[in-house]
Amino acid sequence: MVPLSRRTFVKGIVASAMLTTLPSHLNASTKITLRKKTQELSGSEFHLSINKTLVNVTGNERVATAVNSMLAGPTLRWREGERVTLHVTNNLDVSSSIHWHGIILPTDMDGVPSISFDGIPAGETFIYTFDVVQSGTYWYHSHSGFQEQTGVYGSIIIDAKEKDPYEYDREYVIALSDYSDEKPSTIYRKLKISADYYNFNQRTVGDFFSEIGEYGFLEAFKKRSIWNSMRMSDRDISDVTAYTYTFLMNGQNPASRFEALFKKGEKIRLRIINSSAMTFFDIRIPNLKMTVVATDGNNIQPVEVDEFRIGVAETYDVIVEPENETAYAIFAQSIDRSGYALGNLTSDASVLADIPQLDLRQQLTMTDMGMSMDMKEMSKMDSTKEISSMESKKEMPSMKKMDKNPKMSMKKKIPITPLEEANGFDNTMRAMNPQYRLDDPGVGLRDNGRRVLTYADLRSLVSTKNERKPDREIILHLTGNMDRYIWSINGIKYSDAKPLEFKYGERLRITYINDTMMNHPMHLHGMWSDLETGDDNFLVKKHTIVVQPGAKISFRVTVDAKGSWAYHCHLLYHMTDMFRKVVVV
Amino acid sequence: MRYTLKTLLITSLLCTSVFAGGGGDILRVNILFDNLEYQVNDEKVVNWDMSAYLGYDRDKLYIYSEGEKPDGVSASSETQLVYSRAIAPFWDVQIGLDYDKSETSSKTWGVLAISGLSPYFFESRAVLLVDDKSNVGLRVDLEYEALITQKLIFTPSFALDAYTKDDLTQGIGSGLSNITLGGRLRYEIRREFASYIGVEWNKNFGTTYKISPQDSSYLVGGIRFWY
Repeated sequence: MVPLSRRTFVKGIVASAMLTTLPSHLNASTKITLRKKTQELSGSEFHLSINKTLVNVTGNERVATAVNSMLAGPTLRWREGERVTLHVTNNLDVSSSIHWHGIILPTDMDGVPSISFDGIPAGETFIYTFDVVQSGTYWYHSHSGFQEQTGVYGSIIIDAKEKDPYEYDREYVIALSDYSDEKPSTIYRKLKISADYYNFNQRTVGDFFSEIGEYGFLEAFKKRSIWNSMRMSDRDISDVTAYTYTFLMNGQNPASRFEALFKKGEKIRLRIINSSAMTFFDIRIPNLKMTVVATDGNNIQPVEVDEFRIGVAETYDVIVEPENETAYAIFAQSIDRSGYALGNLTSDASVLADIPQLDLRQQLTMTDMGMSMDMKEMSKMDSTKEISSMESKKEMPSMKKMDKNPKMSMKKKIPITPLEEANGFDNTMRAMNPQYRLDDPGVGLRDNGRRVLTYADLRSLVSTKNERKPDREIILHLTGNMDRYIWSINGIKYSDAKPLEFKYGERLRITYINDTMMNHPMHLHGMWSDLETGDDNFLVKKHTIVVQPGAKISFRVTVDAKGSWAYHCHLLYHMTDMFRKVVVV
Repeated sequence: MRYTLKTLLITSLLCTSVFAGGGGDILRVNILFDNLEYQVNDEKVVNWDMSAYLGYDRDKLYIYSEGEKPDGVSASSETQLVYSRAIAPFWDVQIGLDYDKSETSSKTWGVLAISGLSPYFFESRAVLLVDDKSNVGLRVDLEYEALITQKLIFTPSFALDAYTKDDLTQGIGSGLSNITLGGRLRYEIRREFASYIGVEWNKNFGTTYKISPQDSSYLVGGIRFWY
């Protein structure tokens, strides 16, 4: 076992028992509420309040910010085609907001302070009201300060007007999150002062010696020198780790384990939502195949997998069919393998599933740096002419995929609208040879012997054959300086950037190039992102698209929503800078 | 300096964004005591090497201070106050003043420095000093962190001083003046707090050696901490 899992366990022993009385030092005037069990609310009229709430997740009492005093917040069940009204009262001392993530609605209902409205001042109530025009699994969260990290998040289920194409007997929401006893502002300050503060998986001298043993001194040294000369770390997977985080499933820590009961023979739909601030999870249920049927609320053609990665803010619906009366672990390990969230899917409440071991940590590769194999050869040989045929061949499989992906761009050139770019001290590098890597499960999941979902597996259930071809294209580089912990788009921080202009009615193609070594889950508000996953006839509607390190990915947007919209990386500590305001004109 | 402060203040007002109030380019203060140690030699020296800054991503005010306090003798130190500006992904340029104090006298230099992370992860700082008698000095510091484990860290360091002219009141001779090589092994109890042991070799050269014939190696032990 890795040392940190012991920590998780110790933290877990003092599980999150719901407190029944307020500790004496907190009297009524502090307006601090007691934590309540997460409930489901349904209907068309909702009363939500954002409260200061006493929680105890790790053995230490902390004041969280929680919707209706629930961590996670209440699950809201809406019906497609109905109009919902949500009265949101802010009982905090500071301004707050709720953003309905992935929901198509008028711009003034989107809940982003300074873009869609002024926020909800302390003590006031804002009434959101809009027509529900979609169905599926979504979530909501505060878009103010770091409130999402301290608990302002919850799940949304929208029942479809038509019959659901996938049948199931039972459903559970699986909302994943990362909880810390530290204040988010403390975490952020530490990252600004020392970006690797939370990374306890850094390269050691011993790692170098074992590589010498494996590859010989010269090869090991060359491998190192590419990274070291660029001052890059191949161990930089998560900015914030289980050193401070306890990973929760529906608000429960791994020791108290979220419990999901089933009866043998039932089809169970798990609505999995990553409501974390900073953590990507890799999810599997050992001994159980998962059939992925939807992502970001939209149905896809079913794919049977053993495991999948969920980026921050993404949602995936899977159906499982346990054949045995036993207990299964719903195991969501963090991408950096520093910890996990855990649930117990069981036919008998008294039976606990065995907890799987955390996978071994993997390192980032040259591919994640945006260099392909032949680039590495080039830098080694210092000659562009001498790319060995062998190395080029190695690239062939992914090249084929790449060609398949932007198929139509080969047929007809899409005009590219150039955007402002900058290249200052706040961004380190540009990916030299970014590739479409849709079939790459990403660092930590490569060649692990399991069937792992990739974006290349995603195909919309409904045909998108009649969707318009893009009128124009823009390219957004995701940029940053990990050492200084600064993030930006096209080398420009939000505070220095002009808004992006989308034209109402146009069909836009957006291509991301990730120049950094981190995954960035990019979220465009107000409009669907139709992800190109290899077949134009089955573009996948998503609200959040993970852009892998050093990779390229494209999607299309029908600009059908007037107003101003937020557009950003959904990692909470990247968001302020890796952000754009979109104005639809 | 007033301009800098004004810039810092204005930036702080502009950077307050509502939708993610805590993020972005926050004003921050950081104090680092890289070494606070006892050197086991004849003089029984207490030695420190610290830096502190206040500022933003691009603009910062830095204080650097290093010095020693031998037993029974008053302290000697080098203290700098500089304005630091990020000019490249891994580099800052700095401009300001240096105040050197020895047992018997003191002097002020103007300084221009470059500070940052060299390829291969060397923490580097090179300082050019100029005084009113056109003496030009160069002080270079290099440090590397080799992780034995995630918490046990070996830090070799290299420091060099050189000057164009003699300055006998300060005990400075022209040419290469001093080289200090160190190796410290620290254990980080927390990221912010470590204790360490190490060795250091300290040698004066040329005229400096004639003034002060220093050539010794000794054990060191101390603490490293930051906020």
